[in-house]
Parts: sequence; C-alpha cells; structure tokens
Amino acid sequence: MTAIFKREFASYFASPVGYAVLAAFAFFNGIFMYVQCLFIGTSSLSNVFTSMFSTVLFIIPLITMRSFAEDRRNRTDQALLTSPVSIPSIVLAKYLSAAAMLLVCLSAYVIDGLVLSFISKPDWSVIIGNIFGILLSGSAFIAMGIFISSLTQSVIVAALVTFVVNVLITLIDTIATTTSNEAVNMIVNVLSFQEKYAQFALGVVSFSDVLFFISITFIFLFFTDRVIERRRWA
Amino acid sequence: MIKVRHLTKTYVRDKALDDVSFTVNDGEILGLLGPNGAGKSTTMNIITGYLSCDSGSVEIQGTDMLEEPTKAKKKIGYLPEVPPLYSDMTVQKYLEFMFSLKKVRLPMKEHINTVCEKTNITSVREKLISSLSKGYRQRVGLAQALLGDPPVLILDEPTVGLDPEQIIEIRRLIRELGKDHSVILSSHLLSEVQAVSDKIVIINKGRIVAEETTSTMTQSGKATNRLFVEAECRKNTMLTLLKNIDGVTGVKYLSETERGCHEFVIDSSRDVRRLVFKAIARTDFSILKMQPAERSLEDTYLGIISGSAAPADEKAPDNKPDDKGSEQTASEETSAEEVKEAENDDSDI
Repeated sequence: MTAIFKREFASYFASPVGYAVLAAFAFFNGIFMYVQCLFIGTSSLSNVFTSMFSTVLFIIPLITMRSFAEDRRNRTDQALLTSPVSIPSIVLAKYLSAAAMLLVCLSAYVIDGLVLSFISKPDWSVIIGNIFGILLSGSAFIAMGIFISSLTQSVIVAALVTFVVNVLITLIDTIATTTSNEAVNMIVNVLSFQEKYAQFALGVVSFSDVLFFISITFIFLFFTDRVIERRRWA
Repeated sequence: MIKVRHLTKTYVRDKALDDVSFTVNDGEILGLLGPNGAGKSTTMNIITGYLSCDSGSVEIQGTDMLEEPTKAKKKIGYLPEVPPLYSDMTVQKYLEFMFSLKKVRLPMKEHINTVCEKTNITSVREKLISSLSKGYRQRVGLAQALLGDPPVLILDEPTVGLDPEQIIEIRRLIRELGKDHSVILSSHLLSEVQAVSDKIVIINKGRIVAEETTSTMTQSGKATNRLFVEAECRKNTMLTLLKNIDGVTGVKYLSETERGCHEFVIDSSRDVRRLVFKAIARTDFSILKMQPAERSLEDTYLGIISGSAAPADEKAPDNKPDDKGSEQTASEETSAEEVKEAENDDSDI
C-alpha cells in the first residue's frame, strides 16, 4: 500500500497536473486573500476560506480524475490487481495520495496566516479549523471523485462528471432557498456540504459534521472497492 | 506447480472458458496456443487473480488463488498482453515500485541489477518508459515479471513487438527460466510455442481441444504417407504407373513444373518411396525430386482448431504457390477410367 501511495503522490508531480493544481489554488487563494482580507483591512480569514470552497470543488476533479481511469486505460491496473495487495488497500492508497495532494494545496492557508501575523494577529484556531474542515469535506469530494474515476477509462470524462457532481452538491443549498417545504429543507440541510463547511470556516467543529464527511468518504471508497471487485466478476 | 481445474468463465452471455483443466509441473514450460479470442488471456487473467471465474480452481505451488489470493499472487510473475507500465516513470523507478508492490524480500539494488541484465535493459534504466521502443517496453514488462524470482511465470505473448534477434534472446531466457520455474506461455504463433514449450495446450472457443507434449504433437503430424514426386515424364503414363504401385491409394497430378516435367502427389497406405523409385527407374523417365510430405505442427493445429485432422499441404514445401495450372489440376484424382484413357492417349504420341 505504501508503494502505491508513494507512486501516486509522485505521479502528480511527474506531469503538469500537480503543478497546475497547486498554481490554481495559490492563485485564487492570493486573490481572495487580497480582496477579502488585506484590501478591506480585516484579520479574519473566514470569508477567504468560504470563497476558496469553490476553488476546492474545481481542483478536486483534477486531483482524482486519473486515479483509476488512467490505470484502466493503460492496463496498469493489471499490475496492481495481480500484486499481493488487496483491493481495499489499493483504493485506500489512491485516496490517501489524493488527500495528501489536497493537504499540500492547503498549506497556502498557513502562508496566509503567516503573512497576516506580520501585520496583525491572525486567529490560528480558525485557520487550523479550516484546514481540518476543508480536508474533511475535501476528502468526501475526493472519495466521490475516485469512485467516478473507477467507473470510466476516460480521464476527461472522470474529471467532467466529478466537476458536475461537485457543482450539483453545492447547488443543493440553493434549492432550500427556492422552496418553503420543510421536508425538502430538512433533507437539504442534512445533505448540504457547504452548510457544514461554513461552520468550519467560522472555527466551529461539530462532531456530527465530522461524522457526516467521514461517512460519505467511507461510503464512496467502499463503492469504489465494489466497482473494482465487480469488474473481476463481470 | 500450477494446477488449473475445471475453469469456467462467462462474459455476459458468451462462455469464454468451458471446463478448462491442465497442470504445469515445476521446471516445465506450457504453451497455451489458440486463435485470437480463444480464451488464452482470460485463462491467464484468472490464474493470476486479475479476473475471477464462475467455477473451478487455480492452485499455485499448493496455494489456492481463490482462498488465499495474496499468498498465491506472491508466487506469480505476470507479463500481461499489454505490459503494465507507467509511462511517467523511469525504468529504474518503475522496477523499484514493482519491487515494493510485490513485497519482495531480496536486496533491492542487486536483484534489480540481475533482472535488468537478464532482460538486457541495463542501458535504458534511467530512461523514461514513455520514450522506450516497443521491444524495450516488452522487456521491461518481462523484467517486472521476474522481480522477486517467483516460482511461477505467466507470460502472455512475451515476444510481441521484438525484433528477430530479441525474440531468439527472449526465447532462450524463457527456456532457461523454464528449468526451475513453472512457466505458462501463450501465443498464437505456433513456431514460438514449438520452439520454447515442453507441452502444448490448444484452446479454442474456450475449450481445451488438445493437450500433448510438443514432440508428440509434431510426431503425430509426421505420421502420414504422402510423397511429392517430380519427374521428367509423360503425364498420363506416369499417372498409370504410379497408380499401379502396390500400396498406393491415390495419385494427384499437381502441375507441369517445366517443359516435359510434371509433379505428382502420391498417397499410400505405407512407405512406398523405394517402390516408386524402382518403378520409375524401369522406364525412361527421370526422377527430378522425391520428397515425403511432413505435416507441420501448423497442419496439426489447424486440423484441431477446425475440428478435424487437416490434410497435409497439397503442394511440395518448395513449390511455387502460384504455379500455373496447379489450381486447375490439383484435385484431379485418377480413376480406373482415366488411367485407361491415359494409356490410349500416350500410345498416340
């Protein structure tokens, strides 16, 4: 499993994808940091983090698109699946490498904090809470992206579908604003990623929200495992 | 040792494998032969645990693939039809990755060096896999299969894309590996299987249609009494002469090879070479060529695949396939009436 994790993580930087993801994240983080923090003269990074949520949605398909789709296209899945490593370990290794890539992107938040510390006193609990929160919600998105990647041989299709799914998930919140039906609102509240992430952006860590993201991650990694196992029996 | 028992695999509605069973002993090379789509790769993919089967079992050195896949997979080196290479890695990095993936417990540096030397890829170790030629990619694929020195090697068309010199080299390597490994080698090339394997399993439409040692199969192919004779002669007299030789069951006229020279094929119930020679020697005809037809492994293979024993080639091995007249007359089987007519014709000359 360690071997797969190392290879997958290194592969992000063996092609322009890893650098493009990092550059995109740093670019948008820089813009939001300037506009919503430095320009208006506040030391609160909460607005920056909330705005960055959409950037995360954009970069996650780029991180997960290749995980299984490329292996199938290049037939390297034969090397993995005939090695003495179980399918859950393969799925976990790919998930962890994608999560590690996201963590590298999130290091930009620490830089934000350090920059602020020169001119004011940043709230490190909010910064740490945010990194934790975005890692959790991001991990759920990553698990979904890996699942989608396992369904196709096309990297482009995997990226597009993941992106569309991510956008649809964030649009769930807007459904709530268009209806007064309580049942719909309740379901939307339960399923809303953005609502839960907003709590982290404010530095509030709720156990139920943490459990929600972990559950989504687990469910989709399990689905991925089943898809690969099912293909062996097809 | 590899024991494959009653493997059955269905893809949606098509039966890809139907009750496939065979055994490969230690130090034995088994050639899995069959036309494209016969089920060779499916068999190999099931043996290596990449695919599952509907029923049946695979035992690798006493370990059941279905019950203990992780343990069984450690004992296998697999080169699939398309080598599983990461094109963004260098050969060295890739082999290091595969070494770790296979959980090999040997000194990494020395072992990779040995494998690279065996497969002759030392010179490209620092190159990106994406920049390698097909031949080198195939060899890197073979190198990863050899990592960990597994007792069982499964090689799916290992010489595809190699140049003739490399093919000889890889075949030599496989033969060497076959001395102390159980090797399954698939190919649709008969010559390849014939050159390397101790035993041949012919698979067609998912079923095993023949399982014999290479020498037995080749020998059985030779068990035919068919003789090609080229002589300077009169065609019809020669046909009569040959037909009347004791033991001859049929004579076919093939073609006129040059002016006044004709070629015939003689089928007989026993070896009639001496009788043919003596019969012709008694006339004023001259034998230019006399050659027994050997059914090649290819004939045997094609016969098995088509469901019946194939007849030997109707042309002598060195006969020009486009000989004028051969098509028209190749199937002229002599009958008693024809022989009589021939005698009359010749007397007019």
